[in-house]
Amino acid sequence: MTKSILFVGVGGQGIILASKILTEGLVKFGYDVKMSEVHGMAQRGGSVTTQVRFGEKVYSPLIGVGEADVLVAFEKVEAARWISYLKEGGNLIVNDYEIYSMPVLIGQEQYPENVIEELKSKVENVKIFNAAEAAQNIGNIKTQNIVLLGALIKALGLENLDWEGIIKENLPEKMQDENIKALKFGMNI
Amino acid sequence: MKRIMSGNEAIARGAYEAGCTVAAAYPGTPSTEILENTALYKEIYSEWSPNEKVAVEVACGASIAGARSICAMKHVGLNVAADPMFTMAYEGVNGGLIIITADDPGMHSSQNEQDNRYYAPHAKVAMVEPSDSQECKDFVKYAFEISEKFDTVVLFRITTRIAHSKSIVELKERCEVGVKEYKKDIEKYIMIPAHSRVKHYEVEERLLRLQEYSNNCPLNRIEWGDKRIGIITSGISYQYAKEVFGENASYLKIGMSYPLPDKMIKKFAKAVDKVYIIEENDPYLETYVKSLGIECIGKEFIPICGELNPDIIRRALLPVKEKNIYRVDIKVPSRPPVLCPGCPHRGLFFAISRYKDIIATSDIGCYTLGMMPPLNVADAMICMGASISAGVGFKKAAEKAGRDSKVFGIIGDSTFFHSGITGLIDAVYNNAPIVTVILDNRITGMTGHQDNPGTGRTLMGEEAPIIDIEKIVKAVGIKDENIRVVDPYNLEETQRAVDDAYKAVEPFVIITKQPCTLIKEVQKRRFNMYCKVEDERCKKCKACLRIGCPAITFKNGKIAIERSMCNGCTLCMQVCKFDAIEKVGE
Ligand code: SF4
Ligand code: SF4
Repeated sequence: MTKSILFVGVGGQGIILASKILTEGLVKFGYDVKMSEVHGMAQRGGSVTTQVRFGEKVYSPLIGVGEADVLVAFEKVEAARWISYLKEGGNLIVNDYEIYSMPVLIGQEQYPENVIEELKSKVENVKIFNAAEAAQNIGNIKTQNIVLLGALIKALGLENLDWEGIIKENLPEKMQDENIKALKFGMNI
Repeated sequence: MKRIMSGNEAIARGAYEAGCTVAAAYPGTPSTEILENTALYKEIYSEWSPNEKVAVEVACGASIAGARSICAMKHVGLNVAADPMFTMAYEGVNGGLIIITADDPGMHSSQNEQDNRYYAPHAKVAMVEPSDSQECKDFVKYAFEISEKFDTVVLFRITTRIAHSKSIVELKERCEVGVKEYKKDIEKYIMIPAHSRVKHYEVEERLLRLQEYSNNCPLNRIEWGDKRIGIITSGISYQYAKEVFGENASYLKIGMSYPLPDKMIKKFAKAVDKVYIIEENDPYLETYVKSLGIECIGKEFIPICGELNPDIIRRALLPVKEKNIYRVDIKVPSRPPVLCPGCPHRGLFFAISRYKDIIATSDIGCYTLGMMPPLNVADAMICMGASISAGVGFKKAAEKAGRDSKVFGIIGDSTFFHSGITGLIDAVYNNAPIVTVILDNRITGMTGHQDNPGTGRTLMGEEAPIIDIEKIVKAVGIKDENIRVVDPYNLEETQRAVDDAYKAVEPFVIITKQPCTLIKEVQKRRFNMYCKVEDERCKKCKACLRIGCPAITFKNGKIAIERSMCNGCTLCMQVCKFDAIEKVGE
């Protein structure tokens, strides 16, 4: 069975790195994997997505509407933006964290207030927590992406694989400890 | 060894393994990483050329000298480079020559959605189309072989999803083919009419031989499954078709898509009950299949506009089972890309935005984002380099109409080197009193920080002479008194330059100089610089919000600056009339 994971968030949140680590791991553990990322304009403060599909044999790198087994939202409004991609009964993981877009900053549009309640009321399998705060407590807000990755790995039931090793292979030495802590934290939520 | 690679990385790897020795490109999403990766192999001389036409010409010269060479560009880049390609199609090659076009269905980061497969029949060159990273690598090798065996340029066509998706690739060793001997042959390499007339016959004859090859080559293959449905497809569409139909259909997977395999298509169509053509954007395959007298189903169900995906195919060709889709009752705010916090272009745009009557013709690059609110600076944007020349045209037309429009053509440093210089020459030569603004941030910003003739470094990491924009501007004929070089972080100075330019009656140039805030060294240097708001002094007039810096927020009735985003450019501070913003750090 092919599994599909959609990462959504805002440029600069480390989405590409998190999906890269996931992808490297899945390949290492013997899956066929396809990963697709967005480049260019979207990185300038715009909405960013990456997609990972894995299984025995994967053809399309793209996930359709209503087809993601897990939707990982690095920012809560982005969860609302992409919610239609989540498969019925799929897992929703949300970073309870706000980043205002320019139209919101200059008062042209409103940042909605009830995002979390609304998501909780519509989706059965939700995990919502503040990964940014958790990462800050670990010592570096930039590891919020790995906290979320940990939560995703748990949702996929792949905790038993050697993700620490994958992190060590993919990150410079001085960043490894923090990121391993972040990963473990995420896996225990 | 197995590695997970993007299509672009795999193409570079393919070039390496196939013994390629020269590669050239101008960066452009989604093609950029091809050259960034060839540069990692010291066996391949890799360069950023000032534009795509130059890149193709470098590769052509290298091919004539005997080297296997590639050049890469995004789809619109091929429009710039079409000139040398069409004639090189006549000359043929010595070392294999591949021109890569990375098309962008869905326009993830492009100004149009052209389907460059049509370039192959138009230029009469062979074309291949891989459908995943492994094929990207393998097809580069085939393409070199085809190029050398048939004495032709090969167009290598990928799309965004191929370029930027990662999948597993099996690595091999490099095969050293060396640089072939060069023999002088003016009938082959000098296209004066007398020679090209002969060549045209050779080109037509070559196409027949290529078609024979296409019918028998491993790049085109049939996968038999259920014969009630036969799908003819190529590129990423093959993967989508497989995803949707699996074993419930037979496939003719086309990897060599010009010339198309006529006999193979006929054979396949005969063996299946119904033929579907699944392809993204234009009906390239479909038109051909129909020209063979074969009935098929295609664009009446599969859309021409936008990127294809399995869902679209499913809905188009299979009975739809409506899924339950999650919906939330929230009005989700839009999140358009914007100029980064601390972006050096902001000061200039802010200064221009004070004049409501300035016409701004913009160009391709980050600064296009100056069109977004609250700055709202830009009236038109066409293609690389067109800001200045379109500005000339606008000005001339406005003059004819007796309108007194002040035109500012806005262009970046890399784009100026690419094709802005000729526009500026036009402005001087034809005396168009427009203002050219060259935003020199010392990097090719939008595509992710590639070096260019102004950065002092080559793609291979070597030091290089820095081409001086101001000197070029003077050499082109802009008078000294009509040139301003300013620091865009200094609002007063920048505003004065814009004011002078506004009043000018001759061609005028403003050069803004301040490096992109995302350059690593810049980030390090400015790490401890930031601004903060003194709450007591802040009158909440919101003037600072008008510069559109994403680091400034108005939350819970308070103006605040997000420390982690701010780089201390001080623009907001200069705008605040109440001295409520302070600079911290040095
Ligand atoms: S100083 Fe002001 S304008 Fe500049 S980056 Fe910081 S908040 Fe933005
Ligand atoms: S411009 Fe100055 S006074 Fe006005 S809102 Fe901004 S910080 Fe406050």
